[in-house]
Amino acid sequence: MKILVPVKRVVDFNVKVRVKADHTGVETANVKMSMNPFDEIAVEEAVRLKEQGAASEIVAVSIGVAQCQETIRTALAMGADRGILIETRVETQPLAVAKLLKALVERESPGLVILGKQAIDDDCNQTGQMLAALLGWAQGTFISKAKIGDGKAEVVREVDGGLESLVLKMPAVLTADLRLNEPRYASLPNIMKAKKKPIETLTPEALGVDVTPRIATLKVEEPPKRKAGGKVAGVAELVDKLKNEAKVI
Amino acid sequence: MSVLVIAEHDNAALRGPTLNTVTAAKAIGGEVAVLVAGSGCRAVAEAAARVAGVGKVLLADAPPYANGLAEPLALLIAARAPAFSHVLAPATTFGKNVLPRAAALLDLAQVSDISAVVSPDTFVRPIYAGNALATVRSNDPIKLITVRTSAFDPAPAEGGAGAIEEVPAAADPALATFSGQNLSKSERPELTSARIVISGGRGMQSGDNFKLLEPIADRLGAAIGASRAAVDAGFVPNDYQVGQTGKIVAPDLYIAVGISGAIQHLAGMKDSKVIVAINKDEEAPIFQVADYGLVMDLFEALPRLKEELEKAR
Ligand SMILES: Cc1cc2nc3c(=O)[nH]c(=O)nc-3n(C[C@H](O)[C@H](O)[C@H](O)COP(=O)(O)OP(=O)(O)OC[C@H]3O[C@@H](n4cnc5c(N)ncnc54)[C@H](O)[C@@H]3O)c2cc1C
Ligand SMILES: Nc1ncnc2c1ncn2[C@@H]1O[C@H](COP(=O)(O)O)[C@@H](O)[C@H]1O
Repeated sequence: MKILVPVKRVVDFNVKVRVKADHTGVETANVKMSMNPFDEIAVEEAVRLKEQGAASEIVAVSIGVAQCQETIRTALAMGADRGILIETRVETQPLAVAKLLKALVERESPGLVILGKQAIDDDCNQTGQMLAALLGWAQGTFISKAKIGDGKAEVVREVDGGLESLVLKMPAVLTADLRLNEPRYASLPNIMKAKKKPIETLTPEALGVDVTPRIATLKVEEPPKRKAGGKVAGVAELVDKLKNEAKVI
Repeated sequence: MSVLVIAEHDNAALRGPTLNTVTAAKAIGGEVAVLVAGSGCRAVAEAAARVAGVGKVLLADAPPYANGLAEPLALLIAARAPAFSHVLAPATTFGKNVLPRAAALLDLAQVSDISAVVSPDTFVRPIYAGNALATVRSNDPIKLITVRTSAFDPAPAEGGAGAIEEVPAAADPALATFSGQNLSKSERPELTSARIVISGGRGMQSGDNFKLLEPIADRLGAAIGASRAAVDAGFVPNDYQVGQTGKIVAPDLYIAVGISGAIQHLAGMKDSKVIVAINKDEEAPIFQVADYGLVMDLFEALPRLKEELEKAR
């Protein structure tokens, strides 16, 4: 079984993003970029499935500018076998990404697509669900456990009330939540090996997919700033302030 | 304009987030209808019909909808959506799971997690863990939207007199089966709707120590939450997590205990009215957003807080 893992290049999770002065977006020039943390978890899960013998090949896919190659290399260093870059300068929104991925699924015929549950830049949390819809496949979203069996996947999902278990028909789309696993660090030899693994470059046009954004960003602003209040000297003062000043208890 | 709200429920009762979503629907304007899809869920439809501002309830009562599985439910939503200008669901794990699937079936984009309605086609949504607010316009003929419930007050559960209309089930693709759940049981208020939340972080050191928060939560009628670190360490279950990728809360009072204040945690609580931080490290970033900061070892502070609250009765 082949596994397809879409990996997105995003502003590193440790960077405190700044809104651009002209309010068109956030500053990304000279900002550290990394693989979306949820996608690292997705790659790790795929690699573990391969190590267990449940998968035979892992294909990492990234959609965006040429530098997404670096993100793909990270996935290759973690254990993916080859990469596909769908190169475009257009801001690809989840529906467009899902359509591109569908086109790749039709070419590659994977048994499983594992995505991150959410990209930490747009915070959309849509792509996996959309891809599953376009393919007519089962979806296991926000999963913290997956057991791949014969023609079926047993998954545990993190839901608002606790945990939920589903059995999905395969092929299926899974989206990784934080507690699915702890991604490995790529070792130096693996980083070297990854440099020799192939990356194919495609375009949305070649795949026949229209990626025109459906949603226009009119402006991006900073949220209202919270001012830090003062420190209190002790617990008694805290309770007094909450009661008589803030009047919340 | 006409807005369809997808109800979240457990076949017996309407869940709170549905009420906040109705308020967002009213902010868009026009008629508000609610879709109740479930199994043996007529009581839920009746409750939805009583919500103030709801004109109509569509009831799809059939076994495939029993557990909110996305595959059959998305087909049903896609079948009903063309009669509306907007389809809204709460940005809960339920809404996030099903609505994008319906959107793709209709070849429509989705606007996720809106925190304000500017006009019927323009919305505000937080991006980058709430470090930026984007104003976006959807150019699609039907707008599919998930709603950040903490940004909209709940609609009154009583006062409406909507008509209930039964609608047929859509096809059942039978792709997934529900095989069980493990839900946290608690006598305390629900995290996302509680007026007061007290959360513990890695500084709590163990699940057992979370018991120190309980008498305080009981006294204040508060919900208990946690940071990701506390959940990952296994101190408390996953549904306690507050943050960018957990629950978004905006209570009147949020008390962060032994939590450093990472961006991803702040994303889930910085819209709280009053924030209290208890941390032994006076440099902890949580103090930059706290209205009242207490620099103290939590194992000393919590028993005292319990005592002071008893006195302040
Ligand atoms: C993609 C992604 C998504 C994430 N999503 C979330 C999310 O949704 N929610 C979330 O919370 N995090 C999230 N995180 C994790 C986040 O970055 C932080 O790692 C996490 O919030 C830290 O939790 P903490 O503050 O409990 O732990 P720490 O950062 O370790 O802080 C512990 C604090 O406790 C204090 N302390 C220790 N002992 C005591 C004591 N005895 N008395 C008083 N104070 C004490 C310390 O001074 C310290 O400030 C996410 C991370 C990533 C990469
Ligand atoms: N441009 C992209 N390239 C590769 N994968 C992507 C891209 N955009 C989204 N994804 C995948 O879809 C997941 C969810 O993204 P989103 O729906 O934008 O929150 C991510 O975690 C990735 O796995």
